[in-house]
Amino acid sequence: MRRVVIVGYGMAGARLADELRRRDTGISITVVGAEPHAAYNRVLLSTVVAGTMTPESTRLHDEKWAAEHDIDLHLGCEVREVDRASRTVVLGSGESVPYDALVLATGSVPWVPPAEGLLEDGELAPGVVAFRTLDDCARIEAKAQKGMPVAVLGGGLLGIEAARGLAGRGCLVTVVHPVGHLMERQLDPGAGSVLARTLGKLGIEFRLNALAAKYLPGDGLVLDDGSHVPAELVVVSAGVRAETSLAVAAGLTVDRGIVVDDALRTNDPRIHAIGDCAQHPGTVSGLVQPAWDQAAVLADRLTGVNPAARYSGTSVVTRLKARDVDLAALGDVHTDVDCPDSEVLCFQEPSRGRYAKLVLRDDRVTGAIVLGAPDAAATITQLYDRGIPAPTDRLALLLGRALPAEAASPADLPSSAVICRCNTVSKGQIVSAWRAGAESLPQLAEATRATTGCGGCKDAVCGLLDWLGASQPASA
Amino acid sequence: MSVIDGQVTPGPGGLCQKGWTAGELLRHPGRLTTPLLHGSPVSWDEALDFVASRITSYEPDEVAVFGGGGLTNEKAYALGKFARVALKTSQIDYNGRFCMSSAAAAGNKAFGLDRGLPFPLTDLRGADTVLLAGSNPAETMPPFLRHLEGARLIVIDPRRTPTAERATLHLQPAPGTDLALALGLLHTAVIEGVIDKEYISSRTSGFDDAWRVAAAWWPEQVERVTGVSAADQRAAVHMLAGRSYVLTGRGTEQHASGTDNVSAWINLALALGLPGRAGSGYGCLTGQGNGQGGREHGQKADQLPGYRKIDDPVARQHIMDVWGVSSLPGPGRSAYELLVADDIKAMLVFGSNPVVSAPRASGVVDRFKALDLLVVADFVMSETAAMADVVFPVTQWAEEDGTMTNLEGRIIRRRKALDPPDGVRSDLELLQGLASRLGVGEKFPVRPVEVFEELRRASAGGLSDYSGITYERLESEQLHWPVPSVDHPGTPRLFLDEFAHPDGLARFIAVDHRGPAEPPDEEFPLQATTGRVLQHYQSGAQTRRIDELLKAVPEMYVEVHPDTAARSGLAPGEPAHVVSRRGTVTAVVRCVPTMRADAVFLPFHFPGDGRANLLTNPALDPTSRMPEFKVCAVRLERA
Repeated sequence: MRRVVIVGYGMAGARLADELRRRDTGISITVVGAEPHAAYNRVLLSTVVAGTMTPESTRLHDEKWAAEHDIDLHLGCEVREVDRASRTVVLGSGESVPYDALVLATGSVPWVPPAEGLLEDGELAPGVVAFRTLDDCARIEAKAQKGMPVAVLGGGLLGIEAARGLAGRGCLVTVVHPVGHLMERQLDPGAGSVLARTLGKLGIEFRLNALAAKYLPGDGLVLDDGSHVPAELVVVSAGVRAETSLAVAAGLTVDRGIVVDDALRTNDPRIHAIGDCAQHPGTVSGLVQPAWDQAAVLADRLTGVNPAARYSGTSVVTRLKARDVDLAALGDVHTDVDCPDSEVLCFQEPSRGRYAKLVLRDDRVTGAIVLGAPDAAATITQLYDRGIPAPTDRLALLLGRALPAEAASPADLPSSAVICRCNTVSKGQIVSAWRAGAESLPQLAEATRATTGCGGCKDAVCGLLDWLGASQPASA
Repeated sequence: MSVIDGQVTPGPGGLCQKGWTAGELLRHPGRLTTPLLHGSPVSWDEALDFVASRITSYEPDEVAVFGGGGLTNEKAYALGKFARVALKTSQIDYNGRFCMSSAAAAGNKAFGLDRGLPFPLTDLRGADTVLLAGSNPAETMPPFLRHLEGARLIVIDPRRTPTAERATLHLQPAPGTDLALALGLLHTAVIEGVIDKEYISSRTSGFDDAWRVAAAWWPEQVERVTGVSAADQRAAVHMLAGRSYVLTGRGTEQHASGTDNVSAWINLALALGLPGRAGSGYGCLTGQGNGQGGREHGQKADQLPGYRKIDDPVARQHIMDVWGVSSLPGPGRSAYELLVADDIKAMLVFGSNPVVSAPRASGVVDRFKALDLLVVADFVMSETAAMADVVFPVTQWAEEDGTMTNLEGRIIRRRKALDPPDGVRSDLELLQGLASRLGVGEKFPVRPVEVFEELRRASAGGLSDYSGITYERLESEQLHWPVPSVDHPGTPRLFLDEFAHPDGLARFIAVDHRGPAEPPDEEFPLQATTGRVLQHYQSGAQTRRIDELLKAVPEMYVEVHPDTAARSGLAPGEPAHVVSRRGTVTAVVRCVPTMRADAVFLPFHFPGDGRANLLTNPALDPTSRMPEFKVCAVRLERA
């Protein structure tokens, strides 16, 4: 029996185990997870911090999962080393698990900015919490109180989601961000500024272009410009780095992450890596979609369902999950409006929290930022993902759902306009019937059958009656 | 409604153009009034003798029966019995498989019983919000909208249909992504805190497993797959919290994942605590005149009267006792599988036009040409009848007695208003004529009331129990099944105390999104969806013969976004070819700015090279065997 060992039981490892088992009930699957509980959906952590979802609801598997799917699952278990020569994984307990294929799905760990006092003996100091795991969320939940000053280190996607969740709980949140605008990876300065304004209205303050210099427990942060940010709780969300220590120790090629090819192989063809710990040129780390796409490809290969499956990258759509803030960013957003090779549209209305930028090449959407226009965001994402040519009316696309058309006056309708759809009765037929003496609604219904179906045209027919009565005397 | 001299007078509910003009078919010059044998008029005896003698030359399972959801309960029941007792074949199914089967399968899984609406239609008048998933009643059954006048509507449809135009909220998912949307709404309902936890724990089972799937479908993820914004998903679940109804139609059901699609909508309804309570619920909107009754009494391959399962030994014994036989065939094949099965030699078609209505219709035509014997009973020369070796002219609605069962499970009496033209006989007489030539004529009464009396006994003790219903009671009473005894008042509202599973609980079914069976690609970059227009019914065999309806919608057309038409070099009014892997349809271009740029719409009422079903994908749902009518990959070309 073929033996697959997966190191890591997060979103990538759990997904791969599911995908493998769905394709093949025969192979042996071992999953080793460092955390003591079942895998959970990290994407939902911001909703846990916001208090709209319980930690239990984020579980990807229940406790019966391993037994029901014949998975050898080790929870709360470190991997001591990978012995490539004997093709075994040595667990913290000393147990050796042999493999035919090994998959590293070890994820990433928070990066802690080098401010004085954030770390004590290599651990986060009291009052400092990362925003990465379910346990982190429990710590934040236990500590955060209404009216409490909280600092969030990092104004990227996750930092803003955490800040919004905490503000929703009534905390007084300040976001400290080292760059001049928020989410600089996904947004241009204009969008970043509208976003900050929108979040400001929700009670969040910002210190941009600022680094934390020192943490004073129970008091707050001193920034590099000497100013002070009060904080009884500091949430660190300043980025992550791939967890590669096992791979480094095993002598695999590691750059920012564990380097893999399109087959998701490391330089040892029996060892693979997926998710945040892997480095593939086609994607960025920190998002779940690439991990899921990679798990599907790798499952195809390891089960032989499709030995030719290849991972060629994932196009990334960034979507902020924060109540009352609707933001999508995709593709190349940094193209300037004056760029000669591209068609770039930009619309801003900061007072209402709206900002939209659309970059097109050859009629296709190649980049967009849509803030505060949810309907446009959904449509533009579909165009981008599916490679559909953009509609010729670019402005309508940018602005989102068109307002309902003004109800046309009966006088303006052409004679052929169908008034009663159920019975295909046109304005012309109603006018003729009225001229022939059907001057009330029941008479018109009798003469033309208009209004006798769903009844939805009753208002329109009454409008026509009023118009006929006012404009053209029956005797005329 | 009533008929006087062929003129229709509506009942209190209103009528659309189809209803107003239905009388015209009664005396239509195209009406069939004589049996045809290889195209030539013959006597009934000659035609019956011919068919009976040919049938006896085949093995029982080489003879197939294909029924229809427009047949009365009496005819549907008699047809199932005829197949199993007179022909002794297991090979019977009906066009309702193309219509109701996904909702029926999902309803049975969730509630232990399938009745379109488990509550009276009039209950909808008290609703705050009604969600219509893949249903366009403003065109398919306009009078129904009168029941929705007081409610806020959420309409889920890839097209901006006349129904969607009346909606408070129109969610426009990409074709074939309904399941992801339903999962997203369940997820959103959990995040927004509008689920009914007390109801979930006391009246349902299986929520945790369903949630674990839905947990991976957070609103932004769903937005990316469906194109429905996260904000609209949130708005929808807040509208649904309260006195609300979730109703499904063919748009969400006619997919290779149709059963799972409906299960996902039911899961949403259950999470919100809607089913089994007065003032809220889940239901499915029936498509054909007798779509409900037609699926209860034995036209289905896997079913016996009373909504019994054909593989249940107790059910088989009960039916054998009622029918006075000592054996019964087992389950047969589903509609599409039956229509294209190459081991079938003779096919008897009643009340259906599969040459136009079946998926990948050209394959059905090829298969029908290869049959030894094709027999069709109809009242007009449908495209299927035109291919038949033998055509029997039969009665239509105003010429016969019987019962129908409407979408709310209420049994409605159909009364004969006119004598049929000379030469026309009822389907029951046709079946009796064949059965007597096959030696079992005494088992097939021709009077509807006698058939109904037998149906009462056959359905007794089944899920859809009609044993307490009589024609006399129907004169004065509104009876919803089950009606287990003559002094039982009927059951307008099911599930108020418990659901029909043995433990009394409704079941969440854990289902996941898989997407269309045929995704678009470079060669076929557009997605085609099919449906009805107001003026036509089903394959159009009836409505295309009515001048007023044909004049309103005279020819096959395709709805296209103006940009998409322009990119294909097509202008409005020009003929276009719509091409899929299975065939080519010729249709006139209609530019509709509210269409998605990557989708086209085709009505399915037209014959010949305008048949939308030349394109459709016969990928079947694993449970209901429903074909994927609602989405396939196509391209658009100049004709």
